[in-house]
Amino acid sequence: MFESLKSQFILNFVDDERWRYLVNGLANTLKITFASVVLGIIIGVIIAIVRSTWDKTGADMRPGVGKFFLRLANGFCKLYLTVIRGTPVVVQLMIIYYIIFAASNNGVGIAMLAFGINSGAYVAEIIRGGIMSIDAGQFEAGRSLGLNYTQTMRHIIIPQAFKNVLPALANEFIVLLKETSVAGYVSVLDLTKGGDIIRGRTYSAFMPLIAVALIYLVLVIFFTWLVGRLERRLRSSDH
Amino acid sequence: MTTDVLISVKDLKKHFRDGTVKALDGVSNDIRKGEVVVVIGPSGSGKSTFLRCLNLLEHPTDGTILFEGVDITDAKCNINLHRQKMGMVFQHFNLFPHMTVLNNMTLGPTKLLKLSRQEAEQRAMDLLNRVGLADKAQVYPNQLSGGQKQRVAIVRALCMQPEVMLFDEPTSALDPEMVGEVLEVMRHLAETGMTMVVVTHEMGFAREVGSRVIFMDEGKIVEENTPGEIFDHPQSPRLQSFLAKVL
Repeated sequence: MFESLKSQFILNFVDDERWRYLVNGLANTLKITFASVVLGIIIGVIIAIVRSTWDKTGADMRPGVGKFFLRLANGFCKLYLTVIRGTPVVVQLMIIYYIIFAASNNGVGIAMLAFGINSGAYVAEIIRGGIMSIDAGQFEAGRSLGLNYTQTMRHIIIPQAFKNVLPALANEFIVLLKETSVAGYVSVLDLTKGGDIIRGRTYSAFMPLIAVALIYLVLVIFFTWLVGRLERRLRSSDH
Repeated sequence: MTTDVLISVKDLKKHFRDGTVKALDGVSNDIRKGEVVVVIGPSGSGKSTFLRCLNLLEHPTDGTILFEGVDITDAKCNINLHRQKMGMVFQHFNLFPHMTVLNNMTLGPTKLLKLSRQEAEQRAMDLLNRVGLADKAQVYPNQLSGGQKQRVAIVRALCMQPEVMLFDEPTSALDPEMVGEVLEVMRHLAETGMTMVVVTHEMGFAREVGSRVIFMDEGKIVEENTPGEIFDHPQSPRLQSFLAKVL
């Protein structure tokens, strides 16, 4: 029993340095996750600000060019949210890889873009929730000092909203980490694809797939622990 | 006398829900420099709406507001510049919970008046000293009592060195034992000659500190006079019955 496990291990990971598939795959998985979370937050913040600005002030705005563009931007944001949240991420990834960037074969870069655009939609709603949860009195207090809308958002609303949604954002990061496992669909060597390549070479499924699962699990446990610490730190600064 | 008018309100109207609710139904008044105008009236009389219109936190449906001679209801007017000269104190304090007391106070002066960090902190510390809270400068708002929060809110507004201070029921959210300390700060402020418009239910404050009392009901000014006349010789039946209930 032990001998057979050992030979399986050697076959799958040691022979021909097959462990490199997992290490290289893991590196790509982390690269794609980090980059797309950053892109997602940038997209998400912009969309959240457009959407909440429209919700808060759109109705009171005087008709004019400003109102027209805000309405247009808000409409575009809603369309983006509907399309991105209404279609599977794998399909989005393949559309971007095989149709939009058909000429490029930079799979990792395209995966970063696709997952970033996808994550942006979810981050936008998280941050918009955070902005809307801030008491209207905070906004009024900022404006009553003479701060304009942008200054009030920047110095008063966004910092508080961001603090409130940090745990949810960190959670989005963990979800994204696992979602990138479909990157293999566009021939990116990520962690899952790495395990799958080993399986194809050795014709044994058990070792590579369990190894891949364990690596994801350890990563998620680690990041969950990190989020927990972060949450406790944030809470302690409240008192 | 007309030259020292600071805020001139003409026929101010604020309607909600397409005019079915008339929170303000034609209010006109002149607020002069150095005056302490106390606005009293039952709930829903429009007194808070009136106050919030003065710095355009509410946009009036109709009417004009001249502040230092400028029509601030005009669409072309940059209200942010005028708000710098109108301090406002809210019922629920609205301190910024993610900033220390000191940073709450220096935010406006550094961002808007372009004071250096050092100048702004100096100004803030002077004001905190005046209200006896200098030792709380580095503390976050949620470590303060309600009375302390409101005193910080007052000096935060004063840090901008405004021409007028607007108070929207500043003691209504406080425990009874903390009302006194806030009214004390307001009384001292009135003694320095600050122009103040105060919406309040504190009739004692209105009588002692007010230079003029406005009684509002159903979106209109029903009666206005010196505190002595308002409280000792109320003319309208509506004011008489209101005072009979609250005094």
